Amino acid sequence: MTRGLTRGLTRGRPRGLTRGIMRIVLRSLRQHALSTAITVLSVALASGLVMAVFAIKRQSYEAFTGGPVGFDAVLGARGSQLQLVLNTVFHLETSPGNIPFASYTAIAADPGVALAVPYAVGDNFHGYRVVGTTDELFTKFEYRAGHKLDVAPGGRIFTAQERGAVVGSVVARQVGVKVGDHIRPYHGLQFDEAQQHDDDYEVVGILEPSNSPSDRVVWIPILGIYRMSGHVLRGTGRTFRPHPDSLIPEEHREVSAVMLKLTDPTAGIYLDQAINRQGKSATLAWPIGRVMADLFGKIGWVNEVLALVAYLVVVVAAGSILASIYNTMNERRREFAILRSLGARRGTVFSAIVLESTTITVLGVLVGYVVYAAILGAAFVAVRAQTGVVLDAWRYDPALLLTPMGMCVLGALAGLVPAFKAYRTDVASNLMPNS
Amino acid sequence: MSAPHVLEVRDLRKSYRSPEGEHTLVVDVPSFRMASGEQVGLRGPSGSGKTTFLNLVAGILQADGGSVHVDGGPMTGVSESARDRLRAERMGYVFQTFNLLQGYSALENVELGMMFGRGVDGRYARELLGRVGLGHRLRYRPRQLSVGQQQRVAVARALANRPKLVLADEPTGNLDRAHAMEALALMREVCREHDAALLLVSHDPEVLGHFARVDDLARLNRATSGSGITMPVAEPAPGVGERA
Repeated sequence: MTRGLTRGLTRGRPRGLTRGIMRIVLRSLRQHALSTAITVLSVALASGLVMAVFAIKRQSYEAFTGGPVGFDAVLGARGSQLQLVLNTVFHLETSPGNIPFASYTAIAADPGVALAVPYAVGDNFHGYRVVGTTDELFTKFEYRAGHKLDVAPGGRIFTAQERGAVVGSVVARQVGVKVGDHIRPYHGLQFDEAQQHDDDYEVVGILEPSNSPSDRVVWIPILGIYRMSGHVLRGTGRTFRPHPDSLIPEEHREVSAVMLKLTDPTAGIYLDQAINRQGKSATLAWPIGRVMADLFGKIGWVNEVLALVAYLVVVVAAGSILASIYNTMNERRREFAILRSLGARRGTVFSAIVLESTTITVLGVLVGYVVYAAILGAAFVAVRAQTGVVLDAWRYDPALLLTPMGMCVLGALAGLVPAFKAYRTDVASNLMPNS
Repeated sequence: MSAPHVLEVRDLRKSYRSPEGEHTLVVDVPSFRMASGEQVGLRGPSGSGKTTFLNLVAGILQADGGSVHVDGGPMTGVSESARDRLRAERMGYVFQTFNLLQGYSALENVELGMMFGRGVDGRYARELLGRVGLGHRLRYRPRQLSVGQQQRVAVARALANRPKLVLADEPTGNLDRAHAMEALALMREVCREHDAALLLVSHDPEVLGHFARVDDLARLNRATSGSGITMPVAEPAPGVGERA
């Protein structure tokens, strides 16, 4: 407490009264150190939990709906827009299927499309996706305004015809590959050692960390996917086995999805109309942010359950404040009576108890920030490990201020019950000899 | 601004309601006065209503009727907080059981006595403890002190707010004879030095024998003397007390 505040509080009151009351409060907290510590921890847990639930909800919503996505829309096989987005933008879930190469060339030529990048999926490298694409992903795509996927010094982008791989930073670090290494992809999206392809790829570049899902991908030329040993193509509807030494006719080629950057929102409206409402062969997931927002809408109840649990913990914490102080009331009746006999007013004794519960709460919410940091840190690591999406764990959220404030009000309220008991302490009967 | 009488009691009455609902008059004192700086011994056998009388004088209990003035200030007919303030600023109280706060050192106990009165003055608190011979025990908790030393802390605390009147309720009751006389002499000396009148209640003739003026509460209090009936227990039932 600052000197000025102390002076303000003690104006017109005996010198040292505020400090004295604070001393009484702190002495009592120390005399009941164990119960104080447990109560402080329960308040910390409650406060940290509420802050974390709200912050994670907001951070994950923002990260997954407006974060480093970079594309406006995804064109893929007929089916769920959500599956399409999860599979291509976040490299989660399974692929809903493929579309003919002609769909890619057609939409790439559409005047409303500024950038079209094809993806072909189906292989993995130690569990990380191997995605076939074109060099436009590195030369034209911006995962965030002004930020391209850059190759770290010492590396380069693959060329369309070579067996070269550009490896995401997380993959490079986790698996331990560097430029010049040779890697062999595994068939399928799930890692299975028995499913290793015979094809050798040279790592030509490692991506700089982008804190986006691209960090968790091995990028190879799309032709590489077509020519991967054992792969077949069904661009025409019939199985086609590419011959290693001859060109693959375009009609046999297919792509898993086409990632799109649109010229303007109206392009999205007419493409949505043309592909989703009138077309039969493909699905356009647009806008990506809306598709993810729908997902959050569907799983919103999870957050509500978490919030409910957090609120219940708050109620329990408030109850434990009340109980911990209330339990000391009987042994302290004599102390209150003595203080009253020394001239302390009822109101002074009352405010000492409220101050005591408030002090516990303040200590609790301070420790609560540690709890919050621990939960957010764990969420940060977990979400990044699962998706490559990075939560902005240290960003300010109103809950970081409102929760502790609300908690302090609740703590003070919890003090009212024992404070009222202290207020009603009868001096004469509690000053009895030997009482 | 010193009033002629440091304590003036008139027609003071207090009754308690028994569990059966009957009102029992325990204090009925028509008149009692003490001059400034005077030391009075009050003979109060148990059952004479002494604790109730002292609590009324101290404003811890609210009187049913009559008046109490301490150093000219009214202790009756005013709000509870006004009584608290008057008690804190002008009175000291030495209890038979001392009523020291166990969690606090000797020095802190004296400072707590100052907190609600004139304000904490650490130097004066040390000086008082030095005067009662506890200068080397400032940081000791009551439990770490002998009974006699605890009594002296209580005396120092009673004087902490430079009171005009010190009330002492059987202050030597818990001491052995030799220590009791020593404590009594010290209390009387210190009160004299600090210009505080002393009203000491005791039933011990040897203690009372040291006072020039000794009054008999049983005679002052008509609730016990007038009726001739055996007094009921004069202590209030738990939970029955004053209300603001």
